[in-house]
Amino acid sequence: MEHILTPKVEEVQLLDRYTAKKPAIGTLYLTATHLIFVETSCNTRKETWIIHHHIATVEKLPLTGTGYPLNISCKNFHVVHFVIPSERYCQDVYHSLLRLSQPAKLEDLFAFLYNPKQDEDDRRNGWGFIDSAMDFKRMGLPNEFWELTDLNKNYEVTLVRKSNNAIESICDTVLGSAKFRSRGRLPTLSYYHKESNGAICRCSQPLSGISARCLEDEEMLQAISRANPNSTFMYVVDTRPKLNAMANRAAGKGYENADNYSNIRFQFVGIENIHVMRNSLQKLLEVCAMKSPTMSDYLTGLENSGWLRHIKAVMDAGVFLAKAVADEKASVLVHCSDGWDRTAQVCSLASILLDNFYRTIKGLMVLIEKEWISMGHKFTQRCGHVDGDPKEVSPVFTQFLECVWNLMEQYPCGFEYNEKYLLEIHNHVYSCQFGNFIGNCQREREEMLKEKTFSVWPFLWENRQQYINPLYKCSLGREVLRPSTLPLNFKFWCGMYNHFDKGMQPKQSILDHLLTIIQKRVEGEKKMTDFQRVNLGVVIGVASHQTFMSSSSGMQRDNVVLNEILNESLSAKACTRFDTIDAFVMLSESRAL
Amino acid sequence: MEFAELIKTPRVDGVVLRRPFQPTVEGTLCLTGHHLILSSRQDNTEELWLLHANIDCIEKRFVGTLGTIIVKCKDLRVIQLDIPGMEECLNIASSIEALSTLDSVSLMYPFFYRPMFEVIEDGWNSFLPEDSFKDLESMTDEWRLSDVNQDYCVCASYPPLVAVPKDVDDDTLRKAAAFRHAGRFPVLSYYHKKNGMVMMRSGQPLTGTNGRRCKEDEKLINATLRAGKRGYIIDTRTIAVAQQAKARGGGFESEANYPQWRRIHKAIERSSVLQESLIKLVEACNDQSHNMDRWLSKLEASNWQTHVKEILTTACLAAQCIDREGASVLVHGTEGTDSTLQVTSLAQIILDPTCRTIRGFQALVEREWLQAGHPFQQRCVQSAYGNGSSVKVRCEAPVFLLFLDCVWQILRQFPCSFQFSEHFLVLLFEHAYASQFGTFLGNSAAERAKLKLSQKTVSLWSWVNRPQEAQRLSNPLYEANSLVIWPSVAPQSLLLWEGVFLRWNRSSRCLDEAYEEMVHIIEYNKELQNKVNSLRRQLAELETDDPLQHTE
Repeated sequence: MEHILTPKVEEVQLLDRYTAKKPAIGTLYLTATHLIFVETSCNTRKETWIIHHHIATVEKLPLTGTGYPLNISCKNFHVVHFVIPSERYCQDVYHSLLRLSQPAKLEDLFAFLYNPKQDEDDRRNGWGFIDSAMDFKRMGLPNEFWELTDLNKNYEVTLVRKSNNAIESICDTVLGSAKFRSRGRLPTLSYYHKESNGAICRCSQPLSGISARCLEDEEMLQAISRANPNSTFMYVVDTRPKLNAMANRAAGKGYENADNYSNIRFQFVGIENIHVMRNSLQKLLEVCAMKSPTMSDYLTGLENSGWLRHIKAVMDAGVFLAKAVADEKASVLVHCSDGWDRTAQVCSLASILLDNFYRTIKGLMVLIEKEWISMGHKFTQRCGHVDGDPKEVSPVFTQFLECVWNLMEQYPCGFEYNEKYLLEIHNHVYSCQFGNFIGNCQREREEMLKEKTFSVWPFLWENRQQYINPLYKCSLGREVLRPSTLPLNFKFWCGMYNHFDKGMQPKQSILDHLLTIIQKRVEGEKKMTDFQRVNLGVVIGVASHQTFMSSSSGMQRDNVVLNEILNESLSAKACTRFDTIDAFVMLSESRAL
Repeated sequence: MEFAELIKTPRVDGVVLRRPFQPTVEGTLCLTGHHLILSSRQDNTEELWLLHANIDCIEKRFVGTLGTIIVKCKDLRVIQLDIPGMEECLNIASSIEALSTLDSVSLMYPFFYRPMFEVIEDGWNSFLPEDSFKDLESMTDEWRLSDVNQDYCVCASYPPLVAVPKDVDDDTLRKAAAFRHAGRFPVLSYYHKKNGMVMMRSGQPLTGTNGRRCKEDEKLINATLRAGKRGYIIDTRTIAVAQQAKARGGGFESEANYPQWRRIHKAIERSSVLQESLIKLVEACNDQSHNMDRWLSKLEASNWQTHVKEILTTACLAAQCIDREGASVLVHGTEGTDSTLQVTSLAQIILDPTCRTIRGFQALVEREWLQAGHPFQQRCVQSAYGNGSSVKVRCEAPVFLLFLDCVWQILRQFPCSFQFSEHFLVLLFEHAYASQFGTFLGNSAAERAKLKLSQKTVSLWSWVNRPQEAQRLSNPLYEANSLVIWPSVAPQSLLLWEGVFLRWNRSSRCLDEAYEEMVHIIEYNKELQNKVNSLRRQLAELETDDPLQHTE
């Protein structure tokens, strides 16, 4: 609270980002957690709420005729442009926001303040809502080839790895391999494809340098390869561009020398590093922010940002993995440098392609929990939750969501969730309202988050009605998705990057329309059964009035009695009006369709 | 001429048909006067029936004695035929070339086609100018229907009947026509019921370099203004292009002579530029390269999306002048048969909910394109693959396709406000380029009358307006929306029309499935609500019956 110098500023203007429309006038409030703008110029009391942690940059612009402009860009791509009447207030708001948006330490994040009036048990249980270890059971593990180990239970092997990973047996090999891998991130199982026995494993780069080798690591890879009786070889996929990987050799790291490992097929897939991605997003956002660009400005800007090229690279790599596992029945070992950015993107994407479970609302939670949170994606740094090195910030997770969105565009019936779900997850990754995406690795999280914060998953699950894709057909079953990755299939994600520019979105949403219908359908079906019961009651009341004459109109709303009558009448055909029963039968037929 | 003379080999066996995303079919290839047919002669496989008129160009390749013909269609589909035997292949190729480039309109398929369906309502009479004028009369008495062009002498590209201000006599019209490009004097295009403002269209004024003026023309358009009100002239060309037109006898309305009008110049490209753009766009869409930068730069270089944006922006401007500014508008470019019609018809889609219904849209196409003299036959003689194959004057251009693309953009942004679905737009695109129906033959009402199309051919509308067809083309999401709909023209809001340009380049299975699922959800819901209502009624009836009376 000490950061809030001025809690309320009046007569503030909110400018429209693109058009020359009249600015909205209102009052700006700063609370401990949010910036709130309440429009006073309109009758409807329109409010704009921005959670402080969403604020990426605050910028003071030169004085204009009407006041002191303040430009705020958010991590969820909301951009607001205020004009504040006095310089002092502008200064105050500016400094407050800088402090509030990026606190110095994790303990100052919103999650530690957030208390939705649930009791402590609910809070604790909430953390158990998603158990990624259960997912290995779902894959059919352990089995004759794979077992779980708790080698990492004290985080000694690697500081970043969660306990209970499903990894190959043989203790020494594992420890030896861990020593040969950057930051001790030894190969572990990410996804096991029951149908083919193919496995996707992930790790960090080997410390091979120019010529170093490690027998345990070689054994380790061979063990992974052997765990799949369907294939005589295994792919080793380095997700980096070859040049980057070679540069790492000079620093004592690098990539596997295929001569030292038996039966591996080594492959680079060329996804750029976090710095390239950060700059690319910056350029993309500049394109989004252009005022009345021509089509040519926009398309050239889109091309120059390189953003879609990067999205395609991630998707290509995911598709490569899925094809290797499903079609060639081969296992794949994936790494990049540290194995927590590109590797996470590629492994989770491949899992979605291979397994329908991850295309469900709950499945995506499990996937994110497993491949991102527990495998040590550095959310705190990548999202810039606290004041830190800006060079560590990168939209790696956003890119993953965008790949999923692109898949949803190609497979409109293939996913249980809709675009809103991805956007909401994205919001919460940055909002720091829940504890899930705070911290850089599982060890950091265990220590404080589960004790003090809430988990986002039960919250999302409760609101799942909003996130349903009405077109979802679970009948697609375990079908492996084989998306086309021709460039023309990748579209600019207007719903994400211009989400707050409502003018650019379609003015009527098919999704909302269908969600309303689904809602109506539930109500309609309920009404229908109610009416049928009551109607039958009336009909039977007419037919055998001695039973029901006591009620004045023959109406009898006691459902238990009516249910009995319904059953009776269906079997005894005591009913004089068959059309009501016809309707009932027809409905159940059409429902079966 | 007999078609048989052109068909050197009517039949070849063992031909293999290859199409992307569909199984290959082996069978017998037959050439008839109007169709290329490939049939496997098995019951369960699909036959290919392709109108020769749909063929944009063909390419031949030989490997040994196996010949291959690549057929590129005007609907942008590309198919491959493997034909055993070099001679057969050459014969087939030259026959297709001859049959797909017939000069004479009267040899076209519509003159031979006999409908396999019962014509319930003759489409040739569905949208007569007299009928649409009756609607106008019910709203205002300031306009009259003039038959000054009855014999097509005043303006060859206008219909016999046009709506003009009541106070302007035919003589004035004749004089004004002499002052406008190809006699296209200003006529009524749209009357905005809400505020009585109008949109007119015409050809460019023939001011020439010495600034000729025409009192009658001034009188004609001023007659549409309310006292003290100003109007807008939207010239679809840039000021530079309009200036250049003066040297060729054309020009634009000067402020001095039209003081009550404000002129705005926009930059919709001429038809030859649009044709280039289509060729480049389709080339980019067919590129199988995995290079993202290459795709985006080709898409950008095609300029197609730029044209879409420019046309929509201009249409929004016209609609804004009418609805927001409460001013009347005159739209023209050079001839007034291309960009002008794009603007006037799109502005009506924005302003008038009737134009967003299936029939209303047909009426719009009939009124603003067919009757208004868009030269369909010239513009649609070639599509995206036909560069350089013809020695004729190049007048093909995807003007109508761009209009449909713009409608699709609005439809995408307002998916519940149109009674028809994207399928209808795709259907119109196909039939404008090649059809069994006579609707899009000829270049003007005069040509159509001369060809006696209404007697000798079937109208597309006769087919479309059958209940089952109308049902197929209707939009399940439609909920009548009486409001003006303002589309966004930000580049982010304008997408590539995949339904046309990527139609043959990807598998449509998942998208079709999604569409069917959507229809299913909506229909099930309707059925359910109906049943709930009928049960509710039954209950009410039962409750009002006194049960004791029944037993007596």
